[in-house]
Amino acid sequence: MIKKLIPVYENQTPLVVLELIQGHKISEIMSRNVVSVKPDVTMREVKLMMKDRGISGMPVVRQKRLLGIISVEDLLNALEDGLMDDSVEKHMSRNPVILEEQMPVSFAIDYFENYSFNRFPVLNESKELVGMLTDRDIIMHMIKVMNGEIGRLEELAKHGHHTEIGNVIRRYAVVQNDFKNAGKASSEIKALLQEHDVDRKIIRAAATAIYELEINQVVHSLGGEIVCRISDDHVEVLARDRGPGIKNIDLALSEGFSTATDWIRSMGFGAGMGLPNIKRVSDDFRIKSSESGTEIKVIINLPEDS
Amino acid sequence: MNIKELNDKLKFELLTKCPDSEIKKAYTSDLLSDVMGNAPDDSVLITIQAHKNTIAVASLAGINAIILCNNRKAPEDMLPAAESECIAILQTGLNQFDASVTVARALDLCS
Repeated sequence: MIKKLIPVYENQTPLVVLELIQGHKISEIMSRNVVSVKPDVTMREVKLMMKDRGISGMPVVRQKRLLGIISVEDLLNALEDGLMDDSVEKHMSRNPVILEEQMPVSFAIDYFENYSFNRFPVLNESKELVGMLTDRDIIMHMIKVMNGEIGRLEELAKHGHHTEIGNVIRRYAVVQNDFKNAGKASSEIKALLQEHDVDRKIIRAAATAIYELEINQVVHSLGGEIVCRISDDHVEVLARDRGPGIKNIDLALSEGFSTATDWIRSMGFGAGMGLPNIKRVSDDFRIKSSESGTEIKVIINLPEDS
Repeated sequence: MNIKELNDKLKFELLTKCPDSEIKKAYTSDLLSDVMGNAPDDSVLITIQAHKNTIAVASLAGINAIILCNNRKAPEDMLPAAESECIAILQTGLNQFDASVTVARALDLCS
């Protein structure tokens, strides 16, 4: 893998940071009041608009459709060639690189890393221009979320030394079809809970949920990760994969439904009990899925005396 | 009854060391998710699933011994995995139904 300039995808990236960039959508952080120009406006007018607003680039739009981007650089070229009475349409950059509002913030970070642009137009599902995203928007968002998260962590740390387990976070990568290593997360978490004399029934519930999540990723996904967060009163398991997603979640949650292949079934898996099992043993179960991946969050409560 | 006492009655082939764990109940299934969801604690699992993942499931479910039916061969990595989890593996030529009946008699679970 190519070494990234922005070091946010490394193995040891704290969960808080991963959540911050993967758990938020571009639509939440982009600027919505976009100053745009129509294609028949002259370059001279554009110059005034940019000067007045102190901006260095604008989208060119006709009836919400993005036609291109006009930047200070285009303006300088037109000025030099004495073409300031031309329409914007003649000087704008066509086919600009765009972001979609449903993409996670991590995509935007990749874009800023891969392209030299300072801003990206953001389109909705109907390909209409709905916002602009600058690196400033990302920084502001990061600081806002970081404030909240770090405040929360500080709060946890304050109470941390009163507890037995404290706050443990473990992250496991899961590889497609890698049956041999499936079970690593569940057995480690099981051992950890055993060390703290957690009730056997609860250990089994947690280990079962984690194991089924591991097997699900091995069998059905292109790979993913399992993040286990153990605190004083509960175990939280977050399983995220890279797709292809569950077509019908209701169906997947009904016992006996399975899309597994014969080979997987011959191993004793794919009986359509994985998700129902997980749901049954957990105190809270959330699932969302799209073609770009499935995310399952499970909570198992630890009773006070354990 | 412990595993040794049980196998003295069953006379199946013991493939691993024999931990001194108790066997109270039995569960017969080849679906590992079903095993994980439903097998009772301190039980013996009767199955044809002869591979390492069965050990992981057994360990999670609190299963202390596994009986491999129809003389299914245990792959090389299965036995050390079983021993490190203190799970005994037994092998028999009987099928799952006949092995279940035999185990039920040995554990005195038939009324």
